[in-house]
Amino acid sequence: MTTQPPAHPTRRAEFWAGARAIIPLELGAIPFGIAFGAVAIAPAGKLSPLAAGAMSAFVFAGSSQFIAAGLVTSGAGLLVIILTTFVVNMRHALYSATLAPHMKHLPRRWLLPLGFWLTDESFVVSAHRYHQRDDAPHKHWFVFGASLFMYLNWQVCTWIGILAGSQIEDAGRWGLDYAMSVTFLGIVVPMVTTRPVALAVAVAGVTAVLAHSLPYNMGLMLAALLGVAAGVLAERRWPPSPPAPLPQMGEGSQSQESDDAA
Amino acid sequence: MTPRDEFLLILGMTAVTFGVRYFTLAALSRASLPEPLFRALRYVPPAVLAAIIAPAVLIDASGLNLSHTNAPLFASLVAIVVSWRTRNLLFTIVLGMLALWTWKAMFGV
Repeated sequence: MTTQPPAHPTRRAEFWAGARAIIPLELGAIPFGIAFGAVAIAPAGKLSPLAAGAMSAFVFAGSSQFIAAGLVTSGAGLLVIILTTFVVNMRHALYSATLAPHMKHLPRRWLLPLGFWLTDESFVVSAHRYHQRDDAPHKHWFVFGASLFMYLNWQVCTWIGILAGSQIEDAGRWGLDYAMSVTFLGIVVPMVTTRPVALAVAVAGVTAVLAHSLPYNMGLMLAALLGVAAGVLAERRWPPSPPAPLPQMGEGSQSQESDDAA
Repeated sequence: MTPRDEFLLILGMTAVTFGVRYFTLAALSRASLPEPLFRALRYVPPAVLAAIIAPAVLIDASGLNLSHTNAPLFASLVAIVVSWRTRNLLFTIVLGMLALWTWKAMFGV
């Protein structure tokens, strides 16, 4: 059983609750971060260790970093990689749009770091916190705690990967590069709760495979576009549904809780 | 890549990523998004994630690979079932990676 926090937890209590809530997701990000560092600089990779580290420090978006490292290795141009990064990270607009109504009262000095630190993982735990129907005034400290530790974890894992990458002959042999796919499978499968979402996923996936050899990584962009279009159009036939539930993050008691609520 | 290209790459990636994250947050903490746009936005994460995963799992150096030599394909089937049944990200990652290593060990691929 999860014990509900008291009605008005202190800033410090919120901060550490956020830091605790993100732990299962950090565990998932460990192989992913190591894989990025290793793949980016391994003999086949083309980034310098400093560039790989800087990418984690400044971009801080695992999927786009992973894809960028692959594109650099295959010799893609700068504009192609940056445009791909934009498409891949467009999904954060939904996360921001979802959290924004809860952050109306926050000044810019809060929105800047919380925006910079927003990831799939911190969004999942933050949205869960905001959906708890207590009127605690310091929930942004929860987001701060979760985001900060997610960020630190990512930096450490990237550098482990960079240092190990110079030792590992072929990161692919260990399947480290698969860590990204399996993480995203675990995020996307629980999103598929309605027919329009299922259709969006199917159309995007099939298009991406069929179009993967298009130049400028256009297959990915085309797939994303057609997937979204398919979902929106499918809503006409299968009308609006409740918002997709978020994946549960490693605590059995949490999934129990949401099962009861459903 | 030259150091200059690396600098420009990281600058560009940072700009577009921070732009999407922060400006959406800042703009929408003042005004709200039109409902149709918000609805469409809801399909972006599943569509983009599917478009990333599918080629990564199904296509290898030899092209589309649906045979037993594609260990990630088998591991992904396991991961999908685990995620579907448990909705637990950590279980999915752990069992998916174990399935991958088991398959690689069994078939030497």
